[in-house]
Amino acid sequence: MTTSNPQLVTIQLPTALRTFTDGLSEIKVEAATVDESLVKLTELYIDLKRHLFDDDGKLRSFVNVFLNDENIRTVDGFVTPVKSGDTIMLIPAIAGGV
Amino acid sequence: MQELSIEELTRYSRHLILPEVGLEGQLRLKNGRVLLIGTGGLGSPVALYLAAAGVGTLGIVDFDVVDETNLQRQIIHGTRDLLRPKVASAQDRISEINPYTDVVTFNVRLDSENALGIIRDFDVVVDGTDNYATRYLVNDACVLLGKPNVYGSIFRFEGQASVFNYRGGPCYRCLYSSPPPPGLVPSCAEGGVLGVLPGIIGCIQANEALKILLNDGETLSERLLFFDAWKLKFRELKLRKDKTCPICGENPTIHELVDYEEFCGLKGKGDNFEVESISAVGLRDMLESSPETLEIIDIREPHEVAMGMLPRSRAIPFGQVVRRKDELNPNLLNVFICKIGTRSEQAIKALKESGFEGRLMNLQDGTNAWARDVGNYVVTY
Repeated sequence: MTTSNPQLVTIQLPTALRTFTDGLSEIKVEAATVDESLVKLTELYIDLKRHLFDDDGKLRSFVNVFLNDENIRTVDGFVTPVKSGDTIMLIPAIAGGV
Repeated sequence: MQELSIEELTRYSRHLILPEVGLEGQLRLKNGRVLLIGTGGLGSPVALYLAAAGVGTLGIVDFDVVDETNLQRQIIHGTRDLLRPKVASAQDRISEINPYTDVVTFNVRLDSENALGIIRDFDVVVDGTDNYATRYLVNDACVLLGKPNVYGSIFRFEGQASVFNYRGGPCYRCLYSSPPPPGLVPSCAEGGVLGVLPGIIGCIQANEALKILLNDGETLSERLLFFDAWKLKFRELKLRKDKTCPICGENPTIHELVDYEEFCGLKGKGDNFEVESISAVGLRDMLESSPETLEIIDIREPHEVAMGMLPRSRAIPFGQVVRRKDELNPNLLNVFICKIGTRSEQAIKALKESGFEGRLMNLQDGTNAWARDVGNYVVTY
């Protein structure tokens, strides 16, 4: 993928997804948009892909993506541009209570 | 409005001298009715603190009995309560802390038939359940009845908390419109949970429930609190109401409770392909009769594998299975195993999706079944 304006962003992974990233909780990638950041992440860790995206390549609805403190669904979605220093947080639904 | 007795004035004096609570606030608590769904890790601290704080009526819903693995974190129950219904154990403990709190017990599993009837009589609901189906049920029932839903959930070292359906704020479905497919996210029984974590998240839920009863302060409505106990970090994320939410949006399509097992994909297959499975005894027989035809792939994490492995098995952690598929021999029968048979099933599905063509089989109910039915090499945990 060509990156028009690469920015260094940090992707923070919750515990539930770290099993697919060799236990890493933070991964830095260079990308121009949220979408590109996640594509790069799943290129680095292919086992993560089916946990984030469904068969049609759509983000699974039990995972929320926050750019800094805003849910990207309430901003511009995946095309939301990123800038260096931004943090992307993946927040999946967890159900534990007992 | 009821009044406070001399004994209660003394008991609640540290509240009464807080201008934000005072006599009026304490009477609000006394007249308050809070329903706790689940008296486990989250429900325990919520019940203890709300009782101590003087909430007049606590409803508790739980169908389970106390077992030994609960005691690492479910602090409302004790060793002497083993095998007792959790609602009975919780009721005793609450009465001991505060005899002025009335306890209403529901020794049932909350479902679409009974939820509205149980929740209707309470002012605030605190969700301390352990599965997606009940979380959607609690959410929908709260939205339909107009009750605030104090949310908390935990996994390993991580917790989330919020207040849903409060003063026009978002609901659980606004945040997570649908649940993960079964098995994709491991449960606490599989993933583990740090004992003190539900204590921290439960206390936050108790704090929110009190403010809702007091009708004061700022709640977590429209915010999601994300807590990492291992790094000791709190993050706050903005939540907004989803205008297209099927139950609390502008044009709701859900007007009554639905079948939540079905909604969460727990009924029928729903998957693209079937996964072949084998019982523990079947696997043992195969290991005895034709060991050269198979290889066992143990996809548990290294710390689990350290507790014991089956013969002819090799460890490839769940999170690396697709990346390392070239290490599998497609000419052998590859039997995948984990603790209870759900992660291994997911691993098989992931491998098939990635184009692996060898024969794959899942050990039904995992190493726990082997420990139970065959009895050597591995232990139940």
